[in-house]
Amino acid sequence: MQVRSPEFKESARIALTDANLQKALGNLKAGFPAKRATAAARLPEFEALRDQARDLKNHIIEHLDLYLEEFERNVTANGGTVHWCRTAEDARQTILQICREQGAKTVTKGKSMVTEEIGLNEYLEKQGIEPVETDLGEYILQLRQDHPSHIVAPAIHLTLDDVADAFHEHHKRPRSEDPAVLMQEAREMLRKKFVSADVGITGANFLIAETGSTIICTNEGNGDLTQTLPKTHVVVSSIEKVVPTLEDMTLFLRLLARSATGQEFTVYNTLSTGPRRPGDTDGPENFHVVLVDNGRSEMVGSEFQEMLRCIRCSACMNHCPVYGAVGGQTYGWVYPGPMGSVLTPQMVGIEQAGLLPNASTFCGKCEEVCPVRIPLPKLMRHWRDKEYEKHLSPAAVRYGLKFWAFFAKRPGLYRLLSASSNRFLRLMAGKKGRATRLPLAGGWTDHRDIPAPSGKTFMQQWQEQNR
Amino acid sequence: MSKAEIFNRIRAGLHVAKDDEVRRQAVRNRLQAKASNIIPKRAQLPTAEMMSLFLEMATESAAEVIELSGRNELAQAVENWLSVNGIDHLVTANDSNLTELSWSTDTTLIRERRPAQVGDEASLTNAFCAIAETGTVMLYSGEHSPTTLNFLPDCHLIVVSASTLVGPYEDAWSRLREKFPESMPRTVNLITGPSRSADIEQRLQMGAHGPRRLIIFMLHDE
Repeated sequence: MQVRSPEFKESARIALTDANLQKALGNLKAGFPAKRATAAARLPEFEALRDQARDLKNHIIEHLDLYLEEFERNVTANGGTVHWCRTAEDARQTILQICREQGAKTVTKGKSMVTEEIGLNEYLEKQGIEPVETDLGEYILQLRQDHPSHIVAPAIHLTLDDVADAFHEHHKRPRSEDPAVLMQEAREMLRKKFVSADVGITGANFLIAETGSTIICTNEGNGDLTQTLPKTHVVVSSIEKVVPTLEDMTLFLRLLARSATGQEFTVYNTLSTGPRRPGDTDGPENFHVVLVDNGRSEMVGSEFQEMLRCIRCSACMNHCPVYGAVGGQTYGWVYPGPMGSVLTPQMVGIEQAGLLPNASTFCGKCEEVCPVRIPLPKLMRHWRDKEYEKHLSPAAVRYGLKFWAFFAKRPGLYRLLSASSNRFLRLMAGKKGRATRLPLAGGWTDHRDIPAPSGKTFMQQWQEQNR
Repeated sequence: MSKAEIFNRIRAGLHVAKDDEVRRQAVRNRLQAKASNIIPKRAQLPTAEMMSLFLEMATESAAEVIELSGRNELAQAVENWLSVNGIDHLVTANDSNLTELSWSTDTTLIRERRPAQVGDEASLTNAFCAIAETGTVMLYSGEHSPTTLNFLPDCHLIVVSASTLVGPYEDAWSRLREKFPESMPRTVNLITGPSRSADIEQRLQMGAHGPRRLIIFMLHDE
């Protein structure tokens, strides 16, 4: 997928005036946060589970190589094969090789953000293999040649009208605006694909070291049909998803659905262990797990290590005021919202993704709702530091900071300046107490007033009270 | 090659050596202990309350529950349900617990024992156990329990024996390990309600790709 993160500002401007997108985003804001709050309130242990999940993830990362080794041992013992891929290119080639060995023409796919990350669909198409997305949201996007704007609800940037148009065009049926009818159409169209596919590719929410199992959590059941009907099941997952035992997986399952959609539990939680057993009358004959690193091992021991705790629930973006205003596609790559603003610079480089960690008000809501308590604002701040160190920040920012630093290092001057700007702002605000126009601050005052400072500066108050 | 590179990078990041025995021991301990993490109080209940929690949570997940006293009532209850819903074709697992029931002889119902196919209207399967915590049922794949029966048909009818009901997921894992001490079956399904999607404008619709309806026959005396 092409990286469009450098265009963030322009994309955001367009997104804010896109009435259709704003309508679609309204559905998000009204839904997920309230549902999560209700689900969390229903489980008195929710906060304690979050603490435990954070600690367990830290333990896993500190023993990541060893749990992965155990996972591989048990996949192999059950008749499956593990493939290790350092880069996205390694992963694409590995998957292509598996498909070629099967003589695959059609590949069905369950929802997987890692396959988006490695750009699998475009690659398979170029090699003459047809990838078919089967998750309803992903299917809609594939018809529109679009990409996910959200890691759990991929088509959340679209309205019912958009879906009705896409289905009408591709299904050659009378246009319907009834979501139930539209879903039924997709169900019928995809049935044939499920049974005719040669290979089924799914992601994994967790990899269980103890048993060599992978698990997917879905509400539609498409992932299950994808992995049960074709002759070969390929799981594509990233390395940090390993957990020690079924009990440890359970800890994360109790948090995942509640944090994501506010459900008590996802409808289908499915464990896959190796290929079909002797005597089994259905299920795949081959089982492959493609483990993707793609920059994650570099995060171990770095200031971004805590990001490896992420379980991809989407709570951070569901609660983010910036995401809620501009939508996921504005972020310009696979992972949007706060988690994306930390991951994207790691995967595509801070040179291209520098605007993302800056596109935050640091309100802290993302950290407040993260089930594994990732300090997302702190990690975004680390990226801002790196950007500054590499001299990538725009000149206005660099000189602005130097200008500020000059005064900050000279307290007398700083106080003089802040007291006089205080007076100036009050003057501009006039009797209303609000300035509608300010020199050099049009970006703010074009859209809203700036209130006048209410009294004395902090230092003036401090001195008075300590006298 | 890739594997070694990935591992080297992880170990360099952690500042540890490959044969660090302290780390290896910590991992062995955790894998062997299979210790539970926090189990919600909700899931730790006396048997009677566990049953009402299961029924409540399953219903909340949009499963339909039909309560029976024993397996002797099952065939007729299934036939009734199918007939009320205008379905005259049922696919079952090749499982004597399902096939050797007192099915009516004077009925138009066609019963087949096989994995599911596209177009199947209804399937009947046996649950391995049920989990009260979220109204979930657990099934596994095997010679007598093909996985496709859980996903392809429009309606999935599941039989649950009350004695298999557990409170939390952890108890279900223990049962599974007891049944399969060597290795897991190919597929283990935790199912909570029928298939659904809210991918179109966040409006919830039932029956996305899996069964549109999930009917649980709870056998209280079994």
